[in-house]
Amino acid sequence: MVAAVGRLAAQQHPEAIPTLIRVLGYNNPGAAVAAVDGLVALGEAAVPALLEELDGYNYGARAWAIRALSLIGDPRALDILLETATGDFALSVRRAAAKGLGYLNWKLLPSGQVAEAQVQSLKALIQGTEDPEWVVRYAAVVGLQGLALAIHETPCTEDFTTIQQQLQRVVQQDNALAVQARAKWALTTLADVASSR
Amino acid sequence: METDAKQLVNAQGESLTVEQAVANLQQREDTGLRYYAAWWLGRFRVTQTDAVDALIQALEDESDRAPDGGYPLRRNAARALGKLGQSRAVAPLIQCLDCDDYYVRESAAQALGALGDGQAIPALLNLLAGGVDAAVSVEGKPHLVQPYNAILEALGCLGAQSAVEDIRPFLSHPVAQVQNAAARAMYQLTGDDSYGQRLVERLQEPNLQLRRSAMMDLGAMGYLPAAEPIAATLAENSLKLIALQGVLEAHLQEVRFPDADLTPEAQRVLALMDDLL
Repeated sequence: MVAAVGRLAAQQHPEAIPTLIRVLGYNNPGAAVAAVDGLVALGEAAVPALLEELDGYNYGARAWAIRALSLIGDPRALDILLETATGDFALSVRRAAAKGLGYLNWKLLPSGQVAEAQVQSLKALIQGTEDPEWVVRYAAVVGLQGLALAIHETPCTEDFTTIQQQLQRVVQQDNALAVQARAKWALTTLADVASSR
Repeated sequence: METDAKQLVNAQGESLTVEQAVANLQQREDTGLRYYAAWWLGRFRVTQTDAVDALIQALEDESDRAPDGGYPLRRNAARALGKLGQSRAVAPLIQCLDCDDYYVRESAAQALGALGDGQAIPALLNLLAGGVDAAVSVEGKPHLVQPYNAILEALGCLGAQSAVEDIRPFLSHPVAQVQNAAARAMYQLTGDDSYGQRLVERLQEPNLQLRRSAMMDLGAMGYLPAAEPIAATLAENSLKLIALQGVLEAHLQEVRFPDADLTPEAQRVLALMDDLL
């Protein structure tokens, strides 16, 4: 099945979208990876169907769908990512959403809406760094790094500093070594960017 | 499906206080409540004296019996004690290695490995008596005569240098999972890279269960050269992330992070983890 899904995904044909989404619910990690790759390659074309089909009952499938939306980065997914990053009971869903919030393609939003949307993402990601599961906190740190890099291109840098301070807190206070390490790495990356400004 | 501890908590429904959990464990009317309380105390790492006492007492429970004659409460109590880091649980757990319930012996061996007390080594070694020839399956049961995986892994965790020659033959046990456990222990006891590589090769197995268990072994061993192969194997991202966390944190401890800077190796593993989120 993995090979068949791989071939279908490689066609990059919009008509394959419903089938690829169905594969996300088959509980076959190899096939799901191939289906996500296919959906991500289709990009924006896959977004409406993914948003519509988000399976409320199968959290395995939902995690893969959120992952696909996160990798595509289309801001039409913003609301669902905000909602799931902090409110979903499944940690694999919160994890995928938290990363996605940091890597949205903000240029696709009307310029008047960008600032407000970024503030919402920032709030959700800061909350994500307090999640009980280490892997969600890890993903929130990755998301914060992505958001900081995006914000850096805009004139307002106040939020950039807020993110640096939050990452500093994570380095000092998180009880998972992996999360501390990721926050440290994010701070190094952001310091490099800030100094080249 | 991705494993999810959070869901397990919710699925069990009720939330408990420590006092209720201890009381539930001590009452005798409802075996279901006792069983759940034992799990709960381990899950939430409750180390207060009366909780640990009640768990140790539950290791001798006679009232909760499974249809196969086993002791469900003893199994859960042993698992919980493995999470609590209390050295006074070591002797009672060693006793459990003689229990006629296979799953009690398995939970006790795992707990003893986690507690890290070398006192357990002779009793664990005893269970390897007869070597590979004696390590056959029990008729009509889905398991071998002893919980060899748990025993070998515990001996590895406990740094049982004296056990190396008893463990080595299990590298060629007919069951692949037992071979993996032996390779993991041999790597921990000898530091010989070839044992790590054996497990890395397992990540190419067609069987998903085998790939998963090799991945978890490599993570538990903190085997840095396995980072890329783990990221590339066909399995759930959730399990890959846990395995990579194990690899990363072993390395970070070795280089004394956070006092020391992040090494290029650590950054390499972090980049792999980012891609799996």
